[in-house]
Amino acid sequence: MSMRKFALGAAAAAALGTLVPAPAVAQDTIYVPLLSYRTGPFGGSGVPIADGMHDYLRMLNERDGGIGGARLVIEECETGYDTKKGVECYEAIKGKNPVVVNPYSTGITLQLIPKAHVDKIPILSMAYGLSAAAVGDTFPWIFNPPATYWDGASVFIRHVAEREGGFDKLKGKKIGLLHLDAPFGKEPIPLLETFAREYGFELKLYPVPADKMQDQASQWLAIRRDRTDWIYNQGWGAMNPTAVKEAAKNNYPMDKLVGVWWAGGDDDARGGEAGGKGYKSLNFHGVGADFPVIRDIQRHVVDKGLSRFPKDKIGENLYNRGVYNSMLIAEAIRTAQQLTGKKAVTGEDVRRGFENLDITEARLKEMGMEGFAAPVRITCGDHNGHHKVYVAQWDGQKWTRGSDWMSPMSDKVRPLLEAAAKDFAEKNNWPKRSEACDKRS
Amino acid sequence: MLYNVFVDPFVQMADMPDLLVQVLWEGTVAGVLYALIALGFVLIFKASGVFNFAQGIMVVFAALTLVGLHENGVPALLALVLTVGVMYALAWSIERVVLRPLVNQPDIILFMATFGITYLIIGLGEFIFGGRPKAMITSELFLPRGAIDVQMLGGRVTFQKLDIAAAVIAGLMVAALAVFFQRTRIGRALRAVADSHKAALSVGISLNQIWVVVWFTAGLVALVTGIMWGARSDVSFGLQIIALKALPVLILGGFTSVPGAIVGGLIIGVGEKVGEFYWGPLVGSGIESWLAYLIALAFLLFRPQGLFGDKIIERI
Repeated sequence: MSMRKFALGAAAAAALGTLVPAPAVAQDTIYVPLLSYRTGPFGGSGVPIADGMHDYLRMLNERDGGIGGARLVIEECETGYDTKKGVECYEAIKGKNPVVVNPYSTGITLQLIPKAHVDKIPILSMAYGLSAAAVGDTFPWIFNPPATYWDGASVFIRHVAEREGGFDKLKGKKIGLLHLDAPFGKEPIPLLETFAREYGFELKLYPVPADKMQDQASQWLAIRRDRTDWIYNQGWGAMNPTAVKEAAKNNYPMDKLVGVWWAGGDDDARGGEAGGKGYKSLNFHGVGADFPVIRDIQRHVVDKGLSRFPKDKIGENLYNRGVYNSMLIAEAIRTAQQLTGKKAVTGEDVRRGFENLDITEARLKEMGMEGFAAPVRITCGDHNGHHKVYVAQWDGQKWTRGSDWMSPMSDKVRPLLEAAAKDFAEKNNWPKRSEACDKRS
Repeated sequence: MLYNVFVDPFVQMADMPDLLVQVLWEGTVAGVLYALIALGFVLIFKASGVFNFAQGIMVVFAALTLVGLHENGVPALLALVLTVGVMYALAWSIERVVLRPLVNQPDIILFMATFGITYLIIGLGEFIFGGRPKAMITSELFLPRGAIDVQMLGGRVTFQKLDIAAAVIAGLMVAALAVFFQRTRIGRALRAVADSHKAALSVGISLNQIWVVVWFTAGLVALVTGIMWGARSDVSFGLQIIALKALPVLILGGFTSVPGAIVGGLIIGVGEKVGEFYWGPLVGSGIESWLAYLIALAFLLFRPQGLFGDKIIERI
């Protein structure tokens, strides 16, 4: 083809393009960005979560055509669990009208909190981020269900008290916090310090710098020296398998090492090999593929080759964590559609959707999540709900239920959260809430 | 306060001598492993005067290749041999595509090129192996497991067999490298290249061949490092952070000295463990990361070229 013919053809095609009318009604879409991390030192934990989040939303598209007639446009942005990159991702996607942003990092969440109310984009930091963000009166754009890190730490203390024979038996005990030396790792410290004063135990802190995640000899020697009775592991990424390995190496009683829900990956516990048996981790959803919702994902996404996750690992703990996360997003969108009557809801609508979120047992059953999760209810004033969690235990091969569902010590946690939120507002010259609460919220 | 800083740590050492021995042992093992990483840097710096930013990711790539091949049904020892082959192919490719076109360019250009190599290998590694952590095939490589408990000094000191093996393997590797540098023709040629590219070329030394050899040797060191670190934790991209630990070791030992990497590694390893264990609690613990640099900088006050580095005198 000569250049002249090509140019003529191209010009004709361009002219035709301008003449062909656009479809009378464009399909309603909802843009859901996922800030995920599949690379870098924390990629091991980030991959299953990213895939779980993606696959659930993709399943809704494949099975139901989206949510309420609006197709979901899913886009991932790689943060590498790096705060700077996370903020770059946020800046890149905020112009595309996202209905919610999942930072998937406490560091990134802390950076986005001041931006959310300005950009009118709700932030879902599911069971991570700033604990005080649970106070909806102060943080109308931030949501952190189903439990805060302070709730998690309180469940850990309740678990220790149960095992020791009562709260009065905590007096004189040494309870350690092995934590990543980063905002995420430090988050439960204020609560544990308060509890240490109240119950008379000695709190020992064992920070693990990011470049020492895979070499925790010093921390575990200190634990041996201090004869610490219980350890709460607020770890992430490569820190967790190393902690389990070190505990086994140091003959630490594995059933007294309890991880926060982010320290409960299958690969984390597997890292301890035979010595990892008995390791515990908090959790707030089911593990395994034996749930209708997971089977739907397998049928509509995995079997069609639309998932990047290994087939045999579908249902692992952190994969299901991603599924749970996306379920919250989807339910907030659905609630927003019900509230507004619109298909293509906006960020402001979804903020209201979150504030009116009420996932009952009946709704869980409808979604194929019966027994997978506890009901979730969020209100205008309470953006967390302080829901029940349970202690999972590694049996050497898989996670099993190590306890019943346990309520956080909300009566003690909530006043502390409110005080922390007030303190945050005063120190940061925080604007007063101007968003109205819905009646049903 | 003065008591806590100057007296109490030593009282603790005297009260629990078994723990002191354990801390010193853990520091020694960490030091040996740091030295292994530092060795990779030293090799390339000696041959080209370039700080190889890609050494950390080479550790990850080598370990991932080994485990990845095994996961795909290749027997462990064959996987080891194939991984050595892959590291050779990597060295050859780097020489052909990156280094050869940059001969006689300023060192900073070569240094920046190693940044490019780093990100290329990260992408390649994630594309081939994914981001999920993998378990090192310790047993399949006949590395010892378990621990030896020794009752001593009124307590128990535990020596992990794997750590002992790491120390022995690292020692053998250093001895082999020392012989390679001092006694072989290629080793001497390599030292000549390190002194001057132009002078080495003028006496008929093939710069290209030397670069392949040195990058391949650094690749082998990376493989051993990856196996040892991977066995202690897991094989994931998190391992590349460990490479940062080589910096204070290099500052201390000198960028051009193999013995310096070993001695520097041991000083940093033992220093940071003892510092963290006895003095860390005074400032909230978690001081290891910067303590290593503090130790290195303190040495630099007295020997700016590092403990074993070459003193460079230039005409101005």
